[in-house]
Amino acid sequence: MDIQEYFRLVFSDYTLRTITLGTAILGAVCGMLGSFAVLRKQSLLGDAISHAALPGIAIAFLITGAKDSNTLLLGALVSGLVGTFWIRGIVTKTHLKSDTALGLILSLFFGFGMLLLTFIQKQPNANQAGLDKYLFGQAATLVESDVWLMATVTGVCLIVLLLFWKEFKILLFDADYTKTLGFNTKFIDILITTFIVLAIVLGLQTVGVVLMSAMLLAPAAAARQWTNSLSTMVILAAVFGAFSGVFGTAISASQNNLSTGPVIVLVAAVFVLFSFVFSPSRGVLFKQIRFIKNRRDLELHKTLAFMYNIAETHDNISHPHTIKILNNFQGFTRGTLQKLVDKNYVTLDGNMWSLTEEGFKTASNLYNQQNKSDE
Amino acid sequence: MKQNIAVKVDDLTVAYNYKPVLWDIDLEIPEGVLMAIVGPNGAGKSTLIKSILGILKPIAGSVTIYGKPYEEQRKLVAYVPQKGSVDWDFPTTALDVVMMGTYGSLGWIKRPKQKEKKAALEALEKVGMLAFKGRQISQLSGGQQQRIFLARALVQNASIYFMDEPFQGVDATTEIAIINILKELRKAGKTVIVVHHDLQTVPEYFDWVTFLNVKKIATGPVKDIFNDDNLTKTYGINYKVSIQE
Repeated sequence: MDIQEYFRLVFSDYTLRTITLGTAILGAVCGMLGSFAVLRKQSLLGDAISHAALPGIAIAFLITGAKDSNTLLLGALVSGLVGTFWIRGIVTKTHLKSDTALGLILSLFFGFGMLLLTFIQKQPNANQAGLDKYLFGQAATLVESDVWLMATVTGVCLIVLLLFWKEFKILLFDADYTKTLGFNTKFIDILITTFIVLAIVLGLQTVGVVLMSAMLLAPAAAARQWTNSLSTMVILAAVFGAFSGVFGTAISASQNNLSTGPVIVLVAAVFVLFSFVFSPSRGVLFKQIRFIKNRRDLELHKTLAFMYNIAETHDNISHPHTIKILNNFQGFTRGTLQKLVDKNYVTLDGNMWSLTEEGFKTASNLYNQQNKSDE
Repeated sequence: MKQNIAVKVDDLTVAYNYKPVLWDIDLEIPEGVLMAIVGPNGAGKSTLIKSILGILKPIAGSVTIYGKPYEEQRKLVAYVPQKGSVDWDFPTTALDVVMMGTYGSLGWIKRPKQKEKKAALEALEKVGMLAFKGRQISQLSGGQQQRIFLARALVQNASIYFMDEPFQGVDATTEIAIINILKELRKAGKTVIVVHHDLQTVPEYFDWVTFLNVKKIATGPVKDIFNDDNLTKTYGINYKVSIQE
């Protein structure tokens, strides 16, 4: 199946449609909530939560003995929340910094989860096979009820986001100030965190424990490059996330044996890379171009000002001078001289240069501006 | 002259870990003063403000605003945090930050409307930042960011203003602009409490001063208590300032 065939089939084929819808919704909700995680500098929180969810999945399976995805995700939710509150507890009750607490909980829970998984695999239970799909996710196992669950959570999340938009925004920007205004910051904080945990848990089946945090961070990081408004950033992140889901599914469905989760994450990474390079205001490319252009302009102005200082000492401003004088001047290159000629500020005659009327005027304006801004 | 007491602090003790940062502070701030809190680094100046505002939980002690607990009087109080306490790369505009000053009176869920926007624009004008209302906050200079914070507090239209180092990292022009606004607030009968570092300017800017170094050293009118004796007690070294009469 190639990509074109995929896009023809996606509207008619039930399985393909389910998976595509699922990954798109997942990408959107992760992008939205990821914006908040990124802006709170809690990028690693997502990673810790998703790893912390693994033992929950294993324990839920050990208790019920069944592989019903809703039960397992409930287990993931509980252990994810436990991990989150332990992290908060460690940070508030000890001197440890949050990155240490995150790293600690992440590896502790993940290690315990892996231990349980290997224990389960050794059991003589035919049902146990396939639990390890939660490590890297398997979008192909998505069924309609999973998608409905995702859609419901996303819908609730959207409503909460719209209702508490102002509270979320001010808490993200200035938590102490929010407190003085009389808002219960703990409540807002728990609300945001709970939804982040929910989104992560929803994604475990599709993207898996290990890569889940990228789903959260990549669309948000990409969106931040394009806008200076929080609402635009959240919307853009949702769009990037949804497209990563769709394109990732399309690519993995059209190429045999490519697992969907990693492909979705890679597509999201492409969004990030593209945004880092090509964003007009924050992108590397335009920043560099602006930098070089600025430098050139400055060099040009500096050379012109230098010439002006020499020309000023003569009655006739167009009195010719030898190019050699300029060699003592640092900003001077042959290139800048040629550019000054192109701009009609200077005329050349053999080894001599002379300032034109226009060049003199421009230079004197530059000079006055400089004096003014020094004042 | 009998003055109302705007802020009253009783037996306030605050500790971060084991060491107390503030020890048994009693403080009465009369209504209508422009007061500086001075003291060396680590003296607990910011901590005092944050404890009064309920951002930090004290180990012991109580705070009243016009005789009632702070929680009931929140709307009378505005806060200007240290500029460095927030991430200025946050995706928002100057106007948007100033609008945040209206969130408290709006309460939960309700969105700011035209009325709130108008108030925010007026505050921006007062601090001379109206031209920058649409500017992304990371593209503002340090002094401009400080003015934005001040405008956000002005929007709250409070009676008591707490400011944590509003002159930190601002140039002379901004400093004068800010102090003029503070003096205007005092003229309007407001009480302004400022954590301040530059001892030289205390007599010129303020009429009331509190010396703090974990304990309260002294509090009162600048002309009575701003002297070498108290400075030495607070800073531990033989500090001499010449006070212009």
